Amino acid sequence: MIAALRCVIFRDLLLAARRNSDVLTVVLFFVIVVSLFPLGIGPEPKLLRTVGPGVLWVAALLASMLALSRVFAADHADGTLEQMMLGATPLGIIVAAKVFAHWLVTGLPLVLISPVLALQFDLPRELFGVLVLSLALGTPILSLIGAIGAALTLGLRGAGALLSLLVLPLYVPVLVIGAGATEAAASGLGGSAQLLLLGAMLIVAAAFAPWAVAAALRISVE
Amino acid sequence: MEKTPAIPSLEAVDLRCVRGERTLFEGLSFTLKGGELLRIGGPNGSGKTSLLRIACGLLEPDRGEVRWGGESVRGLKEEFWARLLYVGHANALKDDLTAAENLEIACTLAGLVADRRRIVAALARLGLAAQENLPARVLSQGQRRRVALARLALAETAPLWVLDEPFTALDAAAIECVRGLIGGHVSRGGGVVYTTHHEASIEAAVSRRIDLAGS
Repeated sequence: MIAALRCVIFRDLLLAARRNSDVLTVVLFFVIVVSLFPLGIGPEPKLLRTVGPGVLWVAALLASMLALSRVFAADHADGTLEQMMLGATPLGIIVAAKVFAHWLVTGLPLVLISPVLALQFDLPRELFGVLVLSLALGTPILSLIGAIGAALTLGLRGAGALLSLLVLPLYVPVLVIGAGATEAAASGLGGSAQLLLLGAMLIVAAAFAPWAVAAALRISVE
Repeated sequence: MEKTPAIPSLEAVDLRCVRGERTLFEGLSFTLKGGELLRIGGPNGSGKTSLLRIACGLLEPDRGEVRWGGESVRGLKEEFWARLLYVGHANALKDDLTAAENLEIACTLAGLVADRRRIVAALARLGLAAQENLPARVLSQGQRRRVALARLALAETAPLWVLDEPFTALDAAAIECVRGLIGGHVSRGGGVVYTTHHEASIEAAVSRRIDLAGS
């Protein structure tokens, strides 16, 4: 079981490395969207500082959604998904490995470059920790929830639009709490309450989402 | 040749399959024991692939069930799948990975033990000795099929093989090789269910055939 887990993570990272344009698209999208806001809003430091965390979070959310439809699509098209379903390892474990690998290539880069982008919003240096931590806890939740939507819409025509409609409402609580963490820290309240909530959501999502995804995949493949 | 212990029998009981508006088959039953070969025949669109997918537990039949050792395969789940090798009509290869990497990953997923040496030997057996480090993207259709079928050479521990059109796109030498692998598995005491349009006869003590009528 561990061998299969490691194998799937390694495989997906290897595939991402050999086909890096997919990863670059997500990161570039994030960078461009975030950079457009200061240009559009104008150089008003106070305003930028207020909207900064929210903009970063919304951009991260949209970027992670951009990559979602590809989590299972390629494996579905070439028959690998069937092999995963008929393997010796429970499908939930395989799904957890796939979502983790997906987050490593599409979520983690966003977390890592967010402090650099936050400079454009004149965000105080001491808030970087909360911002990065909130994104580090929040983006895996987005990947896990999104994977459920991706599994449900697998193989459908117009899956992209349907996927956004399905997944966006579920993203809202994560967005509110995640962006709220930095805002609370900025106002001097400290973001630990929001971070703890995000942590709890991550644990629940990591425990249950892979099994929901596995059930959805079995339905989609029939 | 070493005999694997008697395997539980695969039983299909009163299967019915409806796709869209059409009933592909109904009242279909068969039993497959160790050392038996079952060929599913029938014209295009008669439900051969659907029957194989039902037998694997990928697809739920509209009526009836498939049992492995007396228990429903959809209830046994991994316990059954760990003993099954399924080669579908899709090759399950990643274009960006090499033949050897593809085979290694497929084996790990299927729960087969395969070190590098055995992977290379399996590819060589299917006539891909020179292609093991080429990305699957540059392989021909027949070579891709061979990579998918190279799993057979490593799957002697999986008692049940379900093969969907294994001979498609293969040349005469490769067909001969795959026939040998299937024949070897049956003589070891394993069970094989397969579909094909080729009139390739495979040596087996018990060989049966089900023809789906189509419509």
